[in-house]
Parts: sequence; structure tokens; C-alpha cells
Amino acid sequence: MAVMETEADVQSIFVQEASLSGLDGGMNIAHEAVDRHVAQGHGDSIAIRWFGKTGNRRDVSYADLSEMSSRFAHLLHDHGCGRGDSVFALMGRVPELYAAALGTLKAGMVFTPLFSAFGPEPIRTRMEIGAAKVLVTTAKTYQRKIAKWRAELPSLKLVLILGDDAPEGCIALGPAMAAAAPDFQTVRTAPEDRALIHFTSGTTGKPKGAVHVHGAVLYHAYSGKLALDLMPGTIYWCTADPGWVTGTSYGIVAPLVNRVTMIVDEAEFDLARWYSLVQDEGVEVWYSAPTAIRMMMRAGAEAAAPYDFSKLRFLASVGEPLNPEAVVWSEKVFGQPFHDNWWQTETGGIMIANRPGEPVKPGSMGRPLPGITAGVVERYDGRLRELPSGEIGELALRPGWPSMMRSYLHEQGRYGKCFVDGWYLSGDLAMRDADGYFWFVGRADDLIKTSGHLIGPFEVESALIEHEAVAEAGVIGLPDETAGEVVKAYVTLNPGFDASDALERSIRGHARKKLGPAVAPTAVVFRQTLPKTRSGKIMRRLLKARELGLPEGDISTLESDET
Amino acid sequence: MTQDEIRAAFLDELVNVAPDIDPMTVAVDDHLQDDLELDSMDILNLVTALHTRFGVDVAEAEYGQIATLASAVPFIAERLG
Repeated sequence: MAVMETEADVQSIFVQEASLSGLDGGMNIAHEAVDRHVAQGHGDSIAIRWFGKTGNRRDVSYADLSEMSSRFAHLLHDHGCGRGDSVFALMGRVPELYAAALGTLKAGMVFTPLFSAFGPEPIRTRMEIGAAKVLVTTAKTYQRKIAKWRAELPSLKLVLILGDDAPEGCIALGPAMAAAAPDFQTVRTAPEDRALIHFTSGTTGKPKGAVHVHGAVLYHAYSGKLALDLMPGTIYWCTADPGWVTGTSYGIVAPLVNRVTMIVDEAEFDLARWYSLVQDEGVEVWYSAPTAIRMMMRAGAEAAAPYDFSKLRFLASVGEPLNPEAVVWSEKVFGQPFHDNWWQTETGGIMIANRPGEPVKPGSMGRPLPGITAGVVERYDGRLRELPSGEIGELALRPGWPSMMRSYLHEQGRYGKCFVDGWYLSGDLAMRDADGYFWFVGRADDLIKTSGHLIGPFEVESALIEHEAVAEAGVIGLPDETAGEVVKAYVTLNPGFDASDALERSIRGHARKKLGPAVAPTAVVFRQTLPKTRSGKIMRRLLKARELGLPEGDISTLESDET
Repeated sequence: MTQDEIRAAFLDELVNVAPDIDPMTVAVDDHLQDDLELDSMDILNLVTALHTRFGVDVAEAEYGQIATLASAVPFIAERLG
């Protein structure tokens, strides 16, 4: 077991490495990420090198980003929004998204990015829980996914639309930004003031809003340096969408705080486009995800052979465990292996990593960053016991690092359950080897990890039973070569409906409309009944064990079985 | 196979992967990802389905060729010879 540092020692490690300026005794992420660099004479450095879907490109300097975010902050103030108000973003990767995120923080408001491929249902649930006051989106997304129910969300006062035109009841962002003043006195937020809320799925109930504070920026600066080797001027490409926590912590905050040049690609995964970008832009640090890496592998080393990857110096992966084959393959093809790391929405930053300069263990998530204490634990009599190397238990962390969530929005009970005996429980099962490297084993609960996204079965089941034919639904994740896991649903039907291919399509179509393609099941199968406990809960664990031909485990609570 | 038959079969596989799409409303220039909102995994599933249906392999570098009906139908027709 690691020697326990005192809390003061640990905090000073983060502070020394992060080298932030602070804001007159306060702390504001946007100041540290952008304005500080401009004040220190780096306004001309490129913050964002943006590539549009249609082949256009645009360089945004730190000075530009400072001005854009100031205009956005003014715009919010001019519309009567104030400190603590909630701003949601639902749009693709365009420079305005980054300006909106930073402008919201400058204005002392709270930013929540949503994945733009979500269907209307997950969007609405999250905006209701977060009491969204402002939404920034595109006209197309607004009309398709928001307009129908907007009137039913009374908290929502302002809808800003990307571009020069806006539907009725909305404001066009282009002219509004142009009319707003270009300088803004950043609000002197305190380190513990709310900055960002990221939603994450639960096994039961609604999604949870993990609350992060301005002081988290200390850890973003620190971990960006230590785990990703970010330095001023580094050409860095994080392929994650800011709709997920990786795309914000390491796609906005950590890189900008470390004054790198970020590559931002508006388009979705496209092999030739990705390889060309890495080559032509001289990408040095590349942070991606297993699904994308496995798609590269499918295309084979031949597809990569014509490209020059010699500028790459560090490659990292997150979202789900990276299989050892992919680590070995990437080293052969790119000259550098992808380094797996591990963290969660709740932790706000990278906790465990195969770090630059340390030997990679293919298949392992690496070792805890300095200042982070991780352990593998098991519960006994309501307490926790730390397990020795080689044993499987729940991955747990000693809380106290700056980017740890401070609460789940309006869910004190669920937040409290994450902590036992001075440990934060991650919900992941893991094992530590004799060298102190951690290995992911599985989830301790029913959450599904598909293409790096964490999906709550309850949210999917709730949407399925809204289909007229569906009586009950149980949803599980099944192993998939490329996506890690795919979502599969088991349903029983209401009287008057019969199982058929057409009905299966109709149910999947319904789920895609409600939830979006990333969340909806890729297969729906019909059952007469589903396995349930005495209290009527569907036993997803049993569905999964049977599907995979695994032992069924303890079935003493099984009341009625699957037929 | 005629171009019309290819078109019908392609649409059939598309709506099987993404049954939220009404095949009657798909325009020839609708982009699978930008307009019809398929994600990367959907594209992969569609490519697998096209392989089963037509015996045609679409390499990663050729995904752009099947991004719209307008480009996919002649692409598949050429592959079928």
C-alpha cells in the first residue's frame, strides 16, 4: 500500500505543477484557460485550429477566444442572466461552442454540455434536472428536438441559435455576439463555486448531474501535464465531443490551461480524414477512445502506411478498457502505443494512467497519478476492507483532489452512497497487480459502456415501455468487438401485439427517435415474461448471464422466471 | 441487379439499421450522418449488412462513397459489375 501523504502535501503537489495565477484571490476556469495567457503576452498563439465538415478551416487565437467568450458573457448578462444560472449547450464542435463554454464561466454561470446526438428525451430530462435557463444550439436541432416541448420547461428563458437567423422565440447568436461588447470583467468566482455540471447515467432513476467547481482547474492543469504531456505550443487533438466529460476536461479546459493548440474537427470519425489531420497538422499528442482505435485496426496497417506519423509523441485512450492487441498494434503503426487511462465523470480528471515515460502494460489502465490514492476494496458489515494485490474488488479512491465532484444535483442521498469509510466508490470492478498497475474487470452494477458512453439501462427501458406494444423491458450490455458493449433489450408485449420483425424494427425506431442512436438498443428480442425478483425488479444480471452462458450466481431472490 | 433494385435494397438495409428513418422521405442527397443522423457504429452495421446482402466489401476509406443514395447506388452497381 502507498504511503499516505497528508492532505496539505497532496494539495501542494497539484498547486506547484499547475502554476495558475488566480483571479484577485478568486478562481475562474476561463481566466486560467484563456485570459491569463493573453495578459502574459501569448494572445497571438493559436488556441483552436478548427476544421469544418465541408473542408473549411479557421484559426482562433487565444486573444480571439478571449474576445469571443467575453462577448458571450456580455450577451448573457444583457439578457438578465446572472451568477449561478444554468447554460446548456447542444451543438457540434464549432468554435462558438468553446466560446460559449468559456463565456458562461466568465459570467459566473454554470455550463452543461450535452451530446448533440442525444434524442429529445435524454435532452429534456437533463435540462429539467439542471433547470436550464439558457440553451445554445442550432436551428435544426432546436426544431427537431426542442421546439415541441420548450413551453413545458418554464426555467428556459433564452434560446441562442448558431448563425445569423433564428426560429421564432429564439435569438440568432451571430448578430447578438457582434453587438455585444468585446471586453468583460470576469466574475471573481471562488474556488468552490459551481462551474460545470456533467450528467451521468444511473442504474435506476434519472441521470445524475455531477457538480464541478472552478477550483477543479488546478487538477486539469496538473493532470494535462502529467498524464498527457501537454506543454505550451503542443499540437494536441482530443477526439472526444465536449458533450461528454472527456471532451470538456481534456477537450477544453486542460489543453487551454496548458496553452496548447487544440485541433478541433467538426466531422465524425473518418479514417482517411483522421490520418490526414494527424499528418498534415503535425499532431503531437492524441487523446482518443477504444472504439475509434479499433475502427482504425479494422482498416489494417496498410491504410495507415502512406501517412507520416513522426510528429506524434504521446497517444492516450479513455472511455472503456483498451484491449492489449490495440496497444501493440498502435505501437507498430504509429511508432507510439496508445496509453490507456481511467477516470469518470465524477472524478472530473484522469486518476489512473499509463503515463508518459513509464512502461505501458497493454490491457492495464496504469497507475494512480502522484497525489491520487486508489485501492481495490470489498464491503463487509457496512464497512470497507482494502484487498491485497491480485484480488478483484471495487475500484475506490481517497477523495480530496480538486476536480472531484462536489455533489449530484438535488440528489444528496445518491451522492452520499458513493462514499464509505473515507473512500469514494467508483462502481467499477478492478484488480491491482504486484507492480501497482490497475486492471479493469467489469462494472459492479448494470451500467452499459458502449463506444465510450456510459448508458443507464433504466433510461432506455423507460423509453421502450412508451411504445404502445411494450409492456415491460429489460436492457443489458453485450460484448462487442468494436463498441466494447452494445445495448440489447428484452421486452414483453401488451395484449393484442405479436412478435414480428416489423414490430422489432418499430420498437427500435421508436427508441432511436426518443433516445438517439448512441443510446438506443441495437437489438430487441421478445419474451413471454422476464425474470423478476419478489419486489418485481427485472433481474438484468440474469438476462446477461444467460445470454453469455455464464453461471447464474445467486438466484434466491428470483420470483418469476423468464419464458 | 438494376439501379432501382439496388436502391430499394440499400434503403431496406438502411432502415433496418436505423428504423427511425422513413424510407419514403429519404432524399437522394441526404447524408447518412449529417442529415439522417446515423453514428459511426450505425455506418459499420450498414457496411456489414451491405456485405451480406450484395457480397460487396466497402473499405473504411470508401465510406464516403456510400454516404448518400446518389453516390451509393452507382458505387454498389459498379462493384457488382
